[in-house]
Amino acid sequence: MRVVSVDKVSYRYEHGMALDEISFSVDEGDLLGMIGPNGAGKTTLFNCMLGLLSDYQGTIEIFGEDIKKNRKVLKSIGYVPQKNSIDRGFPATVEEVVSLGITVDKPSRVKISSALETAGLVPEKDRRIGELSGGQQQRALIAKALVNDPRLLILDEPVTGIDLEMQNKFYSLVRNLNQEKKITIILSSHDLDAVNKLANKVACINRSMFFHGDAHHFFDDEELMKKYSESSMQSHMHLHQPGNNG
Amino acid sequence: MVLDILQVIFVQRALITGIAVAAICSVVGIFLVLRRQSLFGDALSHMAFGGIAVGFLGNVYPLWAAFAFSILGALGITKLRQSTRIPPDAAVAVLLSSGLALGVVLANLAGGPNVNLNSYLFGSILLVSNEEIMMIMLISVGVLAVIAALYRKLVYMTFDEEQAKVSGLQVSKLNYLFIIVASITVVASIRLVGILLISSLIVIPSISAMMIGKGFKKTMLIAVSISVFSVVTGIIVSYAADTAPGGTIVLVTIAVFLAILGWKSVRKARQKEALITRL
Repeated sequence: MRVVSVDKVSYRYEHGMALDEISFSVDEGDLLGMIGPNGAGKTTLFNCMLGLLSDYQGTIEIFGEDIKKNRKVLKSIGYVPQKNSIDRGFPATVEEVVSLGITVDKPSRVKISSALETAGLVPEKDRRIGELSGGQQQRALIAKALVNDPRLLILDEPVTGIDLEMQNKFYSLVRNLNQEKKITIILSSHDLDAVNKLANKVACINRSMFFHGDAHHFFDDEELMKKYSESSMQSHMHLHQPGNNG
Repeated sequence: MVLDILQVIFVQRALITGIAVAAICSVVGIFLVLRRQSLFGDALSHMAFGGIAVGFLGNVYPLWAAFAFSILGALGITKLRQSTRIPPDAAVAVLLSSGLALGVVLANLAGGPNVNLNSYLFGSILLVSNEEIMMIMLISVGVLAVIAALYRKLVYMTFDEEQAKVSGLQVSKLNYLFIIVASITVVASIRLVGILLISSLIVIPSISAMMIGKGFKKTMLIAVSISVFSVVTGIIVSYAADTAPGGTIVLVTIAVFLAILGWKSVRKARQKEALITRL
């Protein structure tokens, strides 16, 4: 079953083109690794897919529904944003934060407990969210996304700034959600090694689509990998030229 | 002696009004502080000052004009922040100085020194009328009802606006609604502590509660308790010592804040000591 279908999506900011006719698809059960250098447009693409940006050109369908015509379908998506540090003083407990993910009026305690258990956070449920480590906070945000029984999970560079041990725990949770809970996942990451180990599909973008297909095709093709490295390097240099802020 | 003071009718009226205002200020205050809008209460109260002066000039009940000015100012500043790149603190400064400047000029036009602005600037809880008690009680019930109805949505928006949007919340509308509720709360509190001290009643109980509270609801209840305790103690002390009630109330909130800060520091030092001993 087709879960995501992105067809010729373009998006332009004031300072220039962020996405240029991007097309790709994700099928049920896939774990798609979204890779690309900084400023490649990954977060912009996610913002379009999540309905945060609506003035894009092209079509985005989630579970066969055009998200511009039927926004209700967005409720079947769980989203974990790029890690931004949570205010240490924020007084909500982990359990309270997880319960925020429920879109119906009355949160179900069973679902909250189950999400906490899946994310391995039951012992931390009464701690303030700001007291947790970066890795634990990201797992709490995954638990928040899980309470709504998402059929698609979008993780936007979830392990940036998190230590290696916590990254491994996080990736093991992601693998478990995909393989055991059968949740379709899109994971954007700079960590090619992690994407290689986890993903069955890869979409590599740098404002336009560079590669979309099976992960092993991408990682086994030395020529393709070399081209990707060169393209990333060029983007990196472009971003760091005076006057370019990505 | 305290029991004697509690027998006095106008003290009773002040306590009823004060407790209601304390509750709504601290409940709204938690959200304002966590949204980095601590000074927004100050700006709204200064905008209300402009409204009060318009009330004097136009012979309208000053607090009604204050409500209108405060709400319009808040909506204007929210729109300004959403549609321009003006930093939030600068937007607050614009609102604050506009209200104060307008108030000073219009109060002067309305009759200069003959216009009694002191009760609005510094509060006059002991002189509150029955009509004002009714108005403040109704406003308090309304504010608490709106916050209770939107509680989860407000907490989510405060935690992370982007994630709240993704989950389907109409964050922009919720922002406007919350700011209107905050404006009404601020104007309703003018009689208690006055325009110049309102932000302290909004901010200090909230930050005190955040130092010790675990959980959003518990923190909110602690903030309400600190606020109510400060108002009741402040009113009684001000009557007994013949001091200004508004200032006395705020000094009590500061004393509670310092006590919690001290207790936290001592506890931290003891924990550190215990850790060193164990090593």
